[in-house]
Amino acid sequence: MISIHITKRLSAATGPMDLKVDLELDGREFAALYGKSGSGKTSLLKMIAGLMTPDSGTITVDGEPWFDSARGINLHARSRGVGFVFQDYALFPHMTVRKNIEYALEGAHGGLSCGELLDTFELGGLADRKPGTLSGGQQQRVALARAVARSPKILLLDEPLSALDAETQTKLREELLNISRRTSFAALIVSHDLGEIFALAKTVFMLNNGAIERSGRPSEIFAGTALSSKFRFAAQVLEIEKADVVFVLTIAIGNNLVKVIATEEELQNIRVGDKVVVASKAFNPIVMKEG
Amino acid sequence: MLSAYAITLLLTFKLAAVTTALLLIAGVPLARLLASMRSPLKPVFETLIAMPMVLPPSVIGFYLLVAFSPQSGLGKFLESAANLRLIFSFEGLVVASFIYSLPFLVRPIQAGFEALPPSLSEASFTLGKSRMRTFFSVLLPNVTPAILSGGVLAFAHTIGEFGIVLMIGGNIPGKTRVASIAVYDEVEALHYGNANDYALTLLVISFVILLAVSIVNRRRTRLA
Repeated sequence: MISIHITKRLSAATGPMDLKVDLELDGREFAALYGKSGSGKTSLLKMIAGLMTPDSGTITVDGEPWFDSARGINLHARSRGVGFVFQDYALFPHMTVRKNIEYALEGAHGGLSCGELLDTFELGGLADRKPGTLSGGQQQRVALARAVARSPKILLLDEPLSALDAETQTKLREELLNISRRTSFAALIVSHDLGEIFALAKTVFMLNNGAIERSGRPSEIFAGTALSSKFRFAAQVLEIEKADVVFVLTIAIGNNLVKVIATEEELQNIRVGDKVVVASKAFNPIVMKEG
Repeated sequence: MLSAYAITLLLTFKLAAVTTALLLIAGVPLARLLASMRSPLKPVFETLIAMPMVLPPSVIGFYLLVAFSPQSGLGKFLESAANLRLIFSFEGLVVASFIYSLPFLVRPIQAGFEALPPSLSEASFTLGKSRMRTFFSVLLPNVTPAILSGGVLAFAHTIGEFGIVLMIGGNIPGKTRVASIAVYDEVEALHYGNANDYALTLLVISFVILLAVSIVNRRRTRLA
């Protein structure tokens, strides 16, 4: 069980912003943190990791206080047991892939060996290469392997897939899912990508203006609970064209481009580039004369 | 029996080597400290360290001469406490060269540390490593090109120093008479041949050192 109740004054681009977060995570849950840029998502991850100090509050993990302003407790990042996947991966450029992972394993108790990690993340063939010679997806796998090497209590991922192409994203998403199924740590992923959130997270926390505005299952948060859809996909609007009385939308669902029809009313709040949910309530039955 | 030429050159290199070694020991942590400093006093420290880059060497030499002289408080203290006399001695030259060459070592290394993304040390912390371990295993290996250029600049600069050495070291053969002083001395005595021996040696050595650094750094960037 991970419980976080903290406040922190951040200096954002638009002036000071007060971050006030209360959230609880099941010990094995994969949760997502969703919100606009500048809403404090990265800062929240850093405070959980011990890389930034909250102004007040508590962070408790499995009953162990990591931070408690009232009792003057503030565990150093090295003693907390978090795995952190940084947005820029933060691989050590002077070390080979193997050395990066060995460095992480040093002083760790139990968990996987370097060889097992290399195998799990399909890094065997790259073990003696330096990070600078790897592709984005490969670097990402090294960062993941390194972050889970010490069997952390919580894995924190700061938009780990955003810099990769769609195909690599899908593949790594599956790998992430596999790891989270096999391991016993909680994971909190910062993501802008609805597809990613729907695929990975059981719970999503929506951060807005420094506070958790809503939380719940992704489908509840993004689609509303009233809709009883059969098909539902996270998608991005690529193009809106007017065709007679209706509009034709070109949308991307994963790697597939689909054209759908929408009315002017539906499009009132939707612009090109928006993330949307495409749902279908039921198929229209085809009615034909018998015989 | 070594010739005057050899004695002078040996002394010059000994001074440069000792100074550079001390500078590396003190300057690398100092550069790291400055790079991570958030205090509003940071510009003041930076300016203090950079002063020797703009001040005439004779000005620094003059103040050091005053400070180190046995009549001053500091000079008296050093002499009674450590039996150390810093004027007209090799030790004095080391101290003066240290101060004079400090910015040439600290500035490139500080820039090197500042160029490293903070996520590198943060990643090391989350992997259970201490500040000390992170410094030696993660940060230091990634600023080696900067340490190399800083060290070489400081070394070359110490070899080339003239004004400060003349002010506080004088011209004692085998003790404080370094090559740059010897050139001046020989010219004054109208021994142009001897002066040329020193001058040419310094010229060639400086060229070779800078060339070597440039080649090493170029190879590094190609590998990275």
